[in-house]
Amino acid sequence: MSVIISGLLLGGTYALIAVGLTMQYGVSRIMNLANGENLVFACFVAFWLFTTFAINPILGIVLIVPLAFVLNWLIYTYAMRPLVDRAKNRGQLEVDSILATFGLLFILQGIMKLTFGGGYFNYNFLAVPVTIMGSNYGLNRIVAFIAAAVIAGALYLFLNHTRYGTAIRAVAVDPVSAGLVAIDVPRASAFAFALGGALTAASGALLSTFYTFNADMGIIFTMKALIIVIMGGVGDVRGAVLAALLLGLAETAVATFIDPGLTIAATYALFMLVLLFRPQGIFGKRPS
Amino acid sequence: MKRRTMIKTVAAATLAGVLMAGGAYAQEVIKLGASAPKSGPLAGGAEVSHWPAIKLWLHDVNARGGIDVGGKKMPVEVIEYDDRTSGEEAIKNIQRLATVDKVDFLVAPYATGLNLATAPLIAKYGYPQLAATAVTDGVDEFAKRWPNSFWLLGTSASFAESVADVLVKLRDKGAIGDKVAVVNVADAFGIELMNAGKPAMEAAGFEIVYETSYPLGQQDFAPIISAAQAAEPDAFVAFSYPGDTFGLSAQAKIANLDVGAFYVGVATAFPAYLGANGAAAEGVLGAGAVNPDAPGMAEWRARHKDVTGVDADYWASAMTYSSLQILEQAINKVGSLDKAAVTEAIKGGTFDTVLGEMTLDGNVNRKFWTVGQWQGGKFYGVASTGIGGEAEPVAKNGWE
Amino acid sequence: MTWLNEKERRIAGFAAIAFGVVALLPLVDQGYYLSISVNIVMYVVLCTAWTLFSGPTHYISLATAAFFGIGTYTVALGIDTVPFPLLLVIAALASGLLACVVGIATLRLSGIYFVIFTLGLAELVRQVVTWLQTNFSSSLGLYVFTDFGEQHIYWMLLGLAAIVYITGWLINRSRLGFAMQIIGNDETVAKHVGIDTARAKVILFIISGAFIGIVGAILAPRFSYVQPPSAFNPMISFQVVIMALLGGTKRIWGPLLGVIPFTILFDQVTAYFPNHTSFVIGIAFMAIVYLLPQGVLGRLEDLVRLRKRFRMVSAEEGNNP
Repeated sequence: MSVIISGLLLGGTYALIAVGLTMQYGVSRIMNLANGENLVFACFVAFWLFTTFAINPILGIVLIVPLAFVLNWLIYTYAMRPLVDRAKNRGQLEVDSILATFGLLFILQGIMKLTFGGGYFNYNFLAVPVTIMGSNYGLNRIVAFIAAAVIAGALYLFLNHTRYGTAIRAVAVDPVSAGLVAIDVPRASAFAFALGGALTAASGALLSTFYTFNADMGIIFTMKALIIVIMGGVGDVRGAVLAALLLGLAETAVATFIDPGLTIAATYALFMLVLLFRPQGIFGKRPS
Repeated sequence: MKRRTMIKTVAAATLAGVLMAGGAYAQEVIKLGASAPKSGPLAGGAEVSHWPAIKLWLHDVNARGGIDVGGKKMPVEVIEYDDRTSGEEAIKNIQRLATVDKVDFLVAPYATGLNLATAPLIAKYGYPQLAATAVTDGVDEFAKRWPNSFWLLGTSASFAESVADVLVKLRDKGAIGDKVAVVNVADAFGIELMNAGKPAMEAAGFEIVYETSYPLGQQDFAPIISAAQAAEPDAFVAFSYPGDTFGLSAQAKIANLDVGAFYVGVATAFPAYLGANGAAAEGVLGAGAVNPDAPGMAEWRARHKDVTGVDADYWASAMTYSSLQILEQAINKVGSLDKAAVTEAIKGGTFDTVLGEMTLDGNVNRKFWTVGQWQGGKFYGVASTGIGGEAEPVAKNGWE
Repeated sequence: MTWLNEKERRIAGFAAIAFGVVALLPLVDQGYYLSISVNIVMYVVLCTAWTLFSGPTHYISLATAAFFGIGTYTVALGIDTVPFPLLLVIAALASGLLACVVGIATLRLSGIYFVIFTLGLAELVRQVVTWLQTNFSSSLGLYVFTDFGEQHIYWMLLGLAAIVYITGWLINRSRLGFAMQIIGNDETVAKHVGIDTARAKVILFIISGAFIGIVGAILAPRFSYVQPPSAFNPMISFQVVIMALLGGTKRIWGPLLGVIPFTILFDQVTAYFPNHTSFVIGIAFMAIVYLLPQGVLGRLEDLVRLRKRFRMVSAEEGNNP
């Protein structure tokens, strides 16, 4: 039982890491390699708010999310739009966005280093045990799990039950046809990119309550997020959440029953199996 | 501060250029080269233990007017490069420092891997290499292979065996029983410690009730801690790296792991460890240490905070600083900047460092701290290879 | 030499002279310039080998670190018992084998799926190697001590570079190269004219992977101390992709145009902005992506085209009475 709960908590963390990227890649078609840096940046801001102004990180999210939204909107408009406009096909855009966001990764990393330095950071927030069925779990992780559920649920409702959400899904499926039915594709793409960035930042703030982080850690989160997004099916929130939970459970189970030395290997093995047998993702439809 | 260093560097470079152009041979500044991670996976550790120590030493030595070389005070300049935690970059940086910048001496790179990758080159150019952040069992072999290399921080075997010794002491006091859970990070350092530590603990009559390794970069430790907990150990030992040290401690606290001794490896001695764990850090054992009550240490730590803006760790910071003190005193003794002569002087000499008197027997520092423990907000050395002044280890008493 | 035409003979002669001159470098400098040249040649071989496969197929492979690490580990494990040249062969076979298995399994994946899959592959291999090393190896430190200096590594890499170029050129002349051209233009057409596209792709992937493995093997003595995080460093995969793409992958010598300027640029950044490396590299990077959309090769071809047009125009003007 404790394996399942630990696995779900871990999966919730992974879901947080991945939902932002699934929006950015799925809708805006930007393979954002700087996703992890965005997340770590939010960790730093939450840390700074907490240690300097004693602002509780959950409240800090209220400040961080709009800020990240605006920042990512600007990044999309000024850095990514030119690439989208000049790309002749999707492959070209993929290559260009990989290159450009790779540069962005270094810039964000550089800014974090200049502002905060390269050392390890962490702080104490809600690090109190909660007993569920005889085992202890960190309250901060449970809070993060609940937040992941809320975020994913809200995102799902927004995408499937609002007009604008439907428009965004249309762009995700086919930007050209979406443009034909009077959807402002550039604006929807910018919105999705900014929303994805804001979600990633929110998860960074949550993760900072229990992770020790430093300016060089972003790539770890990016890799996890990439795997989950691809496993879940690009642009599919349900798929991403399911893939995240699956990974969390698999890692915990492998660590408990087989060998903790193989957890990361298990992640990749599982990922490769999914790719080989369902390359379109868990919920993806087979292309005709 | 950064700008000032840069202006000074530019000024010194211009000055050097002018002097060379003028054919004057007299040198005014000592150029010291430093290549270590400022980015990449090891940057987090280097920003705590390596760079600030260099900065402090540079400040101290120049405040004295520089190094006394044959009766003339020569200020010191440091030329810094980022090796991005990569062997290729580190090699290239050392080449640049040696052949383009033509530095007089080098600060040894950071951590075992980068020190070994650059050792053949540094040997080729004949610089003394005072490795202050490498813990490895190969020290004697390396010292023989590269006679200009010096190994200050100790060997994995001693670190691991000391853990067993401390556990024995705690058992004698009745703080723990015989059952130990041991885990290690699957990386060179963790594996070496495990290989030496497990037999040592078994020889001391401990029973290993849980044993596992986990990959570098692991971030979730709930399964490990709960499996260890299920084995009901009296002591928990983790030969861990910074990220895992923090992760394991946080999880142990959450799970309220009930042990009389809790040991985690690298980074336990970092100030951030106390910051992250607060009162729960009390009684935690970790790799490496200093004696914070030794004469001058408190004052040195205060100055470290003053000058660099960050706290020194309780382990390698002081060793990095000491390595530069050794270099300074050897130059002073020789009275010239001759690399071979300075290397010889380091071999035979006895040096007065912030860590006390130090000699390098066969190019290796044989007296070093191996295990420390957080006691009352400071990290005290509880075991060493013969330094003296060890504090008594105490039982870990809960996580509040 | 009847199988070379006049132009090819000229190019071959010129290339041979260029290689000869470059090979003399260690006689002039044994210091910094040699070291940076080792890095340059290393990336030239890696990027060119990468382009052999990725250029015509447009598949972006991030498996470089996996092949590189396998090569490094082959040497680290066998250096005390097996002669070095044989180790290079084993490294090539081992990475070629991995490429074969992976190629057969994955080359039907397209686009981004292949990218992420290869990234995962590198990590998976690294984790498995670590785990095996932890659990089954008795002697731990994988130290690689040889008598090789920088110049030996440099010459070996240079020799390998020559082989890679010749191989690339031979492939282009062969049926395989012709098939790849058709696949690159339109895979469906290729299938219709009876080309076994999967087989062609797998063969190229194997060749490319084997070369990368050899580079890893040659570089092992330079590190002295081999551990999974440095041998399977994912940054190698990223840097190779980026340098190759920035150079241009349409021609076999395209990556060369990326590697040389960017290694030097990165190096200058490290030298002059030691505390702001990440930031400045990031800025430089984005600038390059925006200013050189087709890579250096594309820009160069634009210039050549421009000059040709200019010549034609001036020739026409000259004809006018």
